[in-house]
Amino acid sequence: MTGGWRLELDRAACRNAGVCVGIAGAYFELDADGRSRPRAELVSPDDAVVDAAFACPMEAISVLDTRTGRVVAPGSLHQT
Amino acid sequence: MAGADQRKLSFPFPDTSGSELPSEFARLREEQPVARVVLPTGDEAWLVTRYADVRGVLTNPLFSRAAAEAPGAPRIGHSGPGPHTILGMDPPDHTRLRRLVAQAFTARRVEELRPWIEKIANSLLFAVNVAPRPVDLIATYTLALPLKVIFELLGVDYEDRDKLHAWAEVIFSLNAHSAEAVAKARGDLNEYLRTMIDARRRKPTDDLVSALIAARDEGDKLSEDELVDFVLILLTVGHMSTANNLTSAIFSLLRHPDQLARLYENPELVPDAVEELLRYNPFTLTGTQLRVAVADVEVGGVQVHAGDAVVAALGAANHDPSVFADAGTLDLARDPNPHVAFGYGAHHCLGAQLARAEMQIGISALIRRLPNTLRLAVPEDWLTWRLGLTARSLASLPVVW
Repeated sequence: MTGGWRLELDRAACRNAGVCVGIAGAYFELDADGRSRPRAELVSPDDAVVDAAFACPMEAISVLDTRTGRVVAPGSLHQT
Repeated sequence: MAGADQRKLSFPFPDTSGSELPSEFARLREEQPVARVVLPTGDEAWLVTRYADVRGVLTNPLFSRAAAEAPGAPRIGHSGPGPHTILGMDPPDHTRLRRLVAQAFTARRVEELRPWIEKIANSLLFAVNVAPRPVDLIATYTLALPLKVIFELLGVDYEDRDKLHAWAEVIFSLNAHSAEAVAKARGDLNEYLRTMIDARRRKPTDDLVSALIAARDEGDKLSEDELVDFVLILLTVGHMSTANNLTSAIFSLLRHPDQLARLYENPELVPDAVEELLRYNPFTLTGTQLRVAVADVEVGGVQVHAGDAVVAALGAANHDPSVFADAGTLDLARDPNPHVAFGYGAHHCLGAQLARAEMQIGISALIRRLPNTLRLAVPEDWLTWRLGLTARSLASLPVVW
């Protein structure tokens, strides 16, 4: 996938509210332990992913543009 | 499989006296995890009580909040949040609105608010300390703290708190007030908010209401109805649910003196204790729980049809023994504690981090400022309850020390 986005989930920050799974179920799922995780690390650009990142109460989700390195949505791993 | 021939229960369960989670939840979780129930309106619903099924319903887009607000949909009470609120929408509409204020409620932002919330808690407790005893902790503390916090964040005049809280209680009743009374209270509150928003438009300030007005006027991110309803939800739910949970938490501690003593001796337990008190809260029931299926879908072995109402019982899930060992025991150090007191999925409480902070600060300050002889001033069965609301709640919490 070229020019795509990379999803990063800060497992330490995640409090498992399930907001990302509820908002963008195509991109996030629950693992066997009932914790949220990205279905795939690399995805095509989609507003739903950015919505999920901005709606996360823990700001645990970061979205990066793999081509430019731009931070599309700054999660806890990418905050200054 | 549970069938339509089984006896239909009334929900909420007609429990008027207990301080524990109604026993029906445990029985249903075991015997009939997806049960047909009759709601106060006479409409029927599927009541889902197992933890895994509750989380499944709350993350499945086939169970819609928007469909539950549509005309003619099954209803749990005389009022609902309404189709123009985040509580009455599904993604992506819901997400569009939630994003407008999500940044004001993140964990990071709430951390910055802590010293200010502590100041409010301490000043309230100063008054509690010098008041004649017994003191009603609801009026003086557990309601006053969340009221002050959300009024300040929204820029609402604290002098109007009694009027606004009274309207909120009517609006979020299930059947305690008539449909006419609910409609009137909602109309009055809407008019109050429209007047306030007009004034704020002329003279913007640094608060959430002004931020939402800017999102409407400059960004066209929401309609005028959505703006008014959003402020209504932030104002009402923003103080009522926190007040109910803080009251319930302190009540639970007073009923479990061993756990309260544990907290006095180990105040560093407060963050874990708050999670456990949220899980344990036997009175959780929010009007947002009813969802309507938009397609045929199976839940816990039961076929739910398009148009059916489904209630995901958060309190029952929080006491599911397959997830929480000794689920009926209040254990302030419980870990892990993946409770669903704030809901789950897209509608997970927007203000959860703020509510957590208010409860942590509220309980920490209480045990720091009041001596460990703190106890109920009257026998438990003298306490009176408010019934017919979206959460069963105490009318007062008289304490002495």
